[in-house]
Amino acid sequence: MMDNKMIVEGSLAHVEGGFSFLGRLPYYRGLGLSMIEDIIVSVDGKALPREAIRFAVRGKTYTLDEMETVYDNRWNFGEKAQIIALNGGLPAGTHAITFAVRMRVSYLPFVPTTKDTKELALAA
Amino acid sequence: MTPPTRSNETAYNTEVAVSSTIKRGVSLYSYQNETFQGKMTLEDCIRTSAKLGAHGIEIIGEQTFWGWPECGVAQDDVDNWHRLIAKYDCTPVSHDFMLDYKRYKGREMPFDEQVASVKNDIDFGARLGMKFIRALVSIDPAVLVAAAPYAEEKGIKILIEVHAPLHFDHPWIIRHAEAFEKSGSDALGFLPDMGMFLFRFPPVWKEKFMRIGVPKAIADYVEQAYEDRVLSEYVILNVQQMGGTGPAIAMAETMRHNAAFEPKRMLNYMHRIHNIHGKFYQMDEDYVEPSIPYDEIVKVLKQGNYQGYICSEYEGNRWIEDAQEPDSVEQVRRQQVMLARLLGESVTPSLQSPVAA
Repeated sequence: MMDNKMIVEGSLAHVEGGFSFLGRLPYYRGLGLSMIEDIIVSVDGKALPREAIRFAVRGKTYTLDEMETVYDNRWNFGEKAQIIALNGGLPAGTHAITFAVRMRVSYLPFVPTTKDTKELALAA
Repeated sequence: MTPPTRSNETAYNTEVAVSSTIKRGVSLYSYQNETFQGKMTLEDCIRTSAKLGAHGIEIIGEQTFWGWPECGVAQDDVDNWHRLIAKYDCTPVSHDFMLDYKRYKGREMPFDEQVASVKNDIDFGARLGMKFIRALVSIDPAVLVAAAPYAEEKGIKILIEVHAPLHFDHPWIIRHAEAFEKSGSDALGFLPDMGMFLFRFPPVWKEKFMRIGVPKAIADYVEQAYEDRVLSEYVILNVQQMGGTGPAIAMAETMRHNAAFEPKRMLNYMHRIHNIHGKFYQMDEDYVEPSIPYDEIVKVLKQGNYQGYICSEYEGNRWIEDAQEPDSVEQVRRQQVMLARLLGESVTPSLQSPVAA
């Protein structure tokens, strides 16, 4: 659900050491950060290592390992989080970004992964 | 003259004598496609529902209130909720809570912490003026029984959502019912989701499966097998033998999780049923939900002298969003028109209706 609304259009930006975009949780509610099992980012078909990903929301930035024990913060319903990929940077132009989230949902008898791919333009 | 009897027995047998006291409401879950994208505010959701005469408002607490439960909710936000409820002459019905007992990786939340978590949601429900909080069906009944005295203190009932693939004859639900009776508490009950009475394969499901690659012959077969009430495992095997893979198997597997259970099964539990999820996958232009038998459902609820709300719960969004932008408001409007007719109301709900402002 909400698959095609995960990546926010027009949100690709340069950051020091990489790039970032805005992402939303593909779910009808929010989740405490400890229940985000993984965030997978690919750029132009190439998956980035988990260690290169940072998640930032309301001024706080976390590695994915740190998020696993965060019990006092959330990724709220529809909230645009900044997804940061420290890959050394991207050239200006259009890039295919794939963004997948694996989440641990208490009532589900499986662990869903939902993904979205969008072509995003990066300014010089 | 003998005065009319008021027993339940009479109500069951003389359907026409029971004037409907069933009330209409909306779960704001219905508008998720718009609220997710910031296209509707909380006020838009409440005003729209009120215009349709659906004055009962149900929410998933953490969908409507950012921060709940991990970060809490500011009193200003709760005050705003009460201001909007009063402005549009609405009634808070239910705060649907989640209880994330898998919060900790690799270990389940301890029992006492689960009970404390439910009490936290009881408090939040009470702050919002709710009568009910909704518990998900996978929760251990012992947790709810342990929280029941606190719910009684706060004037809240905890309702477990009976949702497909579970149903009122399933041992897990019977276990809940037995635990509730044994507890002696009337703060424990049920919130049936009408999706468990799915009597036809929903057209929006079939269309979605065909868009992701299910051949028409297989899609037609599964639809007919659903109609014929064939056991899911036979359907899955047959689809495999028809050459079905991936999405075709997934389509057949929906029959493991959905079935046409009997609305009349609710009659045994009417004393504990206090809210209803008016689940729907699509409302057609002629005000019919093609896969859920609302005429039969309303008849049963009237027989059972149900006096609570039926809250619209639109869930077709996820089945069409890959192909078109869902129009949640129009879908809710159509369902509210259907419900008003089935309940015998004389005025057709309309978005043009004036509301208190």
